Amino acid sequence: MSNTIHDMGGMHGFGKVEPEPNEPVFHAAWEGRVHALQRVMGAIGLWTIDGGRASLETLPPQTYLAATYYQRWFLGLERRVVTHGLVGADELATGHSLHTPAPLTRKISAADAAKPPIRGNFERPATAFAHFKVGDRVRTRNLNPATHTRLPRYARDKEGVIEAIRGCHVYPDTAAIGQGDNPQWLYTVVFTGRELWGDDADPSIKVSIEAFEPYLIAV
Amino acid sequence: MPDHDHDHDHSELSDIQLRVRALETILTEKGYVDPAALDLIVESYETKIGPKNGAHLVARAWIDPDFKAALLADATAAANSLGHVSPVGSHLIAVENTPRTHNLVVCTLCSCYPWEVLGLPPVWYKSAPYRSRAVIDPKGVLSDFGVTLPADTEIRIWDSTAETRFIVVPMRPLGTENWSEDRLADIVTRDCMIGTGLPKSAP
Repeated sequence: MSNTIHDMGGMHGFGKVEPEPNEPVFHAAWEGRVHALQRVMGAIGLWTIDGGRASLETLPPQTYLAATYYQRWFLGLERRVVTHGLVGADELATGHSLHTPAPLTRKISAADAAKPPIRGNFERPATAFAHFKVGDRVRTRNLNPATHTRLPRYARDKEGVIEAIRGCHVYPDTAAIGQGDNPQWLYTVVFTGRELWGDDADPSIKVSIEAFEPYLIAV
Repeated sequence: MPDHDHDHDHSELSDIQLRVRALETILTEKGYVDPAALDLIVESYETKIGPKNGAHLVARAWIDPDFKAALLADATAAANSLGHVSPVGSHLIAVENTPRTHNLVVCTLCSCYPWEVLGLPPVWYKSAPYRSRAVIDPKGVLSDFGVTLPADTEIRIWDSTAETRFIVVPMRPLGTENWSEDRLADIVTRDCMIGTGLPKSAP
């Protein structure tokens, strides 16, 4: 979903940022297990990174806010393994495997896990020319899909400038809902603080987003 | 999809340790995961992958103008040209602080972060206060970190809304001329590569 609590940019009321001195990588052993489970289960290839994000966005807002980061990851993972038929709800209830496992095409071995993880490449061959060039003025569309998007609310229907072209990338809005990579040109679009936040905004700030071409219209 | 009953958020979050253990048990019994692989992944983030990688990129950029140009042009390729930094995946973008412009990186929609060069993100980076305020009140956020910039500095916020990842190249502190890469890397903190800090000043 797009207009949910995860889209936090510009909200008031959450208080100060509180850095933790000498913060550990994981605050409890289970956090590390969730991190590792997420990576290993993601590598199976049944869902995309955007599908994973979308499943967190469907958490009820009060759960999303009450949960820590790794709690959210866990809740999302628990949902996905059930919705993708890897685990039954009865198995979650008993804490043991009760049924024949689903056949997997990919799996991370200990040897794979020993290598440094390298992020996947989301760039794809272009299927069309880029509509915009660096320096072009653009307006973001006023999109409010009920499904996943990466156009934040605060940057909808706002005028900005194309600052960079990042290549043609997997389009999260379709990848998240099982409609394929559907590659789209990706741009860095920069906005003034006043365009985003009004005349009272700090004139010394500029904000950029990474915007897919379907989010943009020429000005 | 959110079709089951969520009236009891407390129960959704209670016993999380037990539920994580149960899920790991099920996934292991089914043969989907190898617990040894999980151990190695946890260990790699606890001991190997951290901000030292990014700090070496910055330190090298400070002492080698050709490397700096390469880093700003294509940070992934530049990082992978060094032997002593872990491999970096696609679309790492380095942005440079100057006397005019200070850069700050956020992900307002989730918590996208350049894991390969900075390790896993701190809790504050993933928190609602940071994600909500960085794009509207960056100076307030910086003051939470004890950072004050000259009044005429432009603040540029990079919202990581796609599979591009950002690392800030801070300004090299005065008094560090002739320092080695290793010594410089020691003053390049994680926070200064996110933009919420400045390098530790030279003693």
